[in-house]
Amino acid sequence: MSEKEVESRKLGVEKTLDGLPGAIPQLSTNRAQLHLTPNQRSWLRFRRNKPALLCLVFLALLAPLVAAWPLVAPYAANAITDEQFQPPIWKHWFGTDVHGRDLLTRVFYGARVSLLVGVVGAGVALVIGVTWGAVSGYVGGRLDGAMMRFVDVIYSMPSIIFLIVLLTTLRATVAKWLINWFGPEAAPKSHLLLLVIGLGALSWLPMARIVRGQVLSLRQRAFVDASRALGASHARILWHHILPNVWGIVIVYLTLTVPSVILYESFLSYLGLGIQPPMASWGSLVAEGAAQINPVQIYWWLVVFPATTLVLTLLALNFVGDGLRDAFDPKGQT
Amino acid sequence: MFFLKRLLFLIPLLLVISFLAFGLMRSAPGGPFDSNRVPATPEIERALRAKYHLDEPLLKQYVRYLGDLSRGDFGVSTKYRNHTVNDIIRQALPVSLTLGGLAFCFALGLGIPCGVVMAIRRGQWADHALGLLSLIGVCLPGFVLGPLLVLGLAVRLDWLPVALWESPLHFVLPTVTLGLLFAGKVARLVRESMTATLQSEFIIAARAKGLSESAILIKHALRLALLPVVSFSAPMLADLLTGSFVVESIFQIPGLGGFFVNSSLNRDYPLLMGLVLLYAALLLLFNLAADVLLVALDRRIKYE
Repeated sequence: MSEKEVESRKLGVEKTLDGLPGAIPQLSTNRAQLHLTPNQRSWLRFRRNKPALLCLVFLALLAPLVAAWPLVAPYAANAITDEQFQPPIWKHWFGTDVHGRDLLTRVFYGARVSLLVGVVGAGVALVIGVTWGAVSGYVGGRLDGAMMRFVDVIYSMPSIIFLIVLLTTLRATVAKWLINWFGPEAAPKSHLLLLVIGLGALSWLPMARIVRGQVLSLRQRAFVDASRALGASHARILWHHILPNVWGIVIVYLTLTVPSVILYESFLSYLGLGIQPPMASWGSLVAEGAAQINPVQIYWWLVVFPATTLVLTLLALNFVGDGLRDAFDPKGQT
Repeated sequence: MFFLKRLLFLIPLLLVISFLAFGLMRSAPGGPFDSNRVPATPEIERALRAKYHLDEPLLKQYVRYLGDLSRGDFGVSTKYRNHTVNDIIRQALPVSLTLGGLAFCFALGLGIPCGVVMAIRRGQWADHALGLLSLIGVCLPGFVLGPLLVLGLAVRLDWLPVALWESPLHFVLPTVTLGLLFAGKVARLVRESMTATLQSEFIIAARAKGLSESAILIKHALRLALLPVVSFSAPMLADLLTGSFVVESIFQIPGLGGFFVNSSLNRDYPLLMGLVLLYAALLLLFNLAADVLLVALDRRIKYE
């Protein structure tokens, strides 16, 4: 495939992605689909998957709201009032917590942390995981063995121990680095940065394995031999010929990496190892709510609202991931 | 023969893991007898460090540790100072093994039938309903599910005990809390692989031969569809059997999971090393066992 063709293919996909419904002609017959690229066909299949599409819309609405939350939030992030343990009322939709803080405000501030961590974790998986897997699978031999054993060794340590030790090792360095670069007012952010680094250090492992497996089998194919015979460099073969075949599966696993990183972050914050008060994430909010459970008085809203938001977001992400996987499955029906 | 070789290969692999864990652990700042952990005069701190040989060069400490390890001695915990690591593991491991084993059986017992039903009824309402349920299971973290179950089944309805680890009735809620996530994952995995298997040619051949539908499903399709479950089960079982901090703290169960978190926070070097090695040994053994099982299930698989 020439460079021009690759370019035009990319453009074609983007056009479809941006296109309004109806901009694409009705493509229900196989004949009409002949001129479509595999990616376009996948996108068509995805659009027919109503639950997945619905979840994508939900996420597309949630993301800007979460991003712009400091501008639209009804209360300041940590505005402490006398109205402790208010059940949900018109003034406080999600009720208030032990310090009289508005829970709705806190859930969405928590969403910022949870989603940020999820997206960065997926970003690390994309950059490091794909590079690691692609190089390992393409070069093969001893380098492959060494790179994959490295992944295996990290895998065979209990992840929680690995993470705690890693976090404590890096804590001082990260705090110093942050203060040097952004001044002392950035110091409270060091926990967040550290958390992101730690979760990123784990999130790329499965991706590296998956990409390596794919590249390993693609490397044997005739079109790779052909381009090598034509004198293409290794970097060019990898980037222009092998990786385009891997992106589909990479996107699928990225959408599934986001919820798993969010889940792990909430687990860490639940343990008190992640985000530190007064900042909140979904995990720490659930933990705060669970700490208030007692047989006499149940402040159900403190658990129910953060937990529901967490579970709904994870569900939506998984639905989209599943939908993408089905859509990119080469054996799938058009 | 091949598996014997791999069994022997586990020993150097564990050595490498122990070396890296040792190095990583020691490169973390702080130690078990820092003044914020153990308030004491410098002399006492020095004496404590000497007692645990922490004042020696690192390499010498590592060699000493390996020597003790070869005699089956994991050393003495620096936090729980009257207990050897062997003691702690001996006390907590049976509890975690019971809970983890139950959760594992629960996950497979619920997940596999659900997955099979979804694959057979693909595209019908049973598939959609079970698919949604298994996805919810995957998205429900233990720290959400646990308190919800306690509130509903134990506090409100008073059917089951709230916490502790005594009679079989006490086992129910922790097992479900721990196992549901994995049940959901297994169900989704079985659905995928069963669907793919049911479309393969040898199933069509079996149908053409006139075999009964149940014979096709159980003897032929399920056997192959279980292959990915076997591979997935190995790390899952290692995770489950070494305990879960969340489930143990919600239900106040004296298992091993809490030690994973606490030993790392306390810099309890001997306990930490013991747990890392225990987990790694279980994981590697189960991975090996999974490979043996794969060959038993599918004779076409060959190992060099």
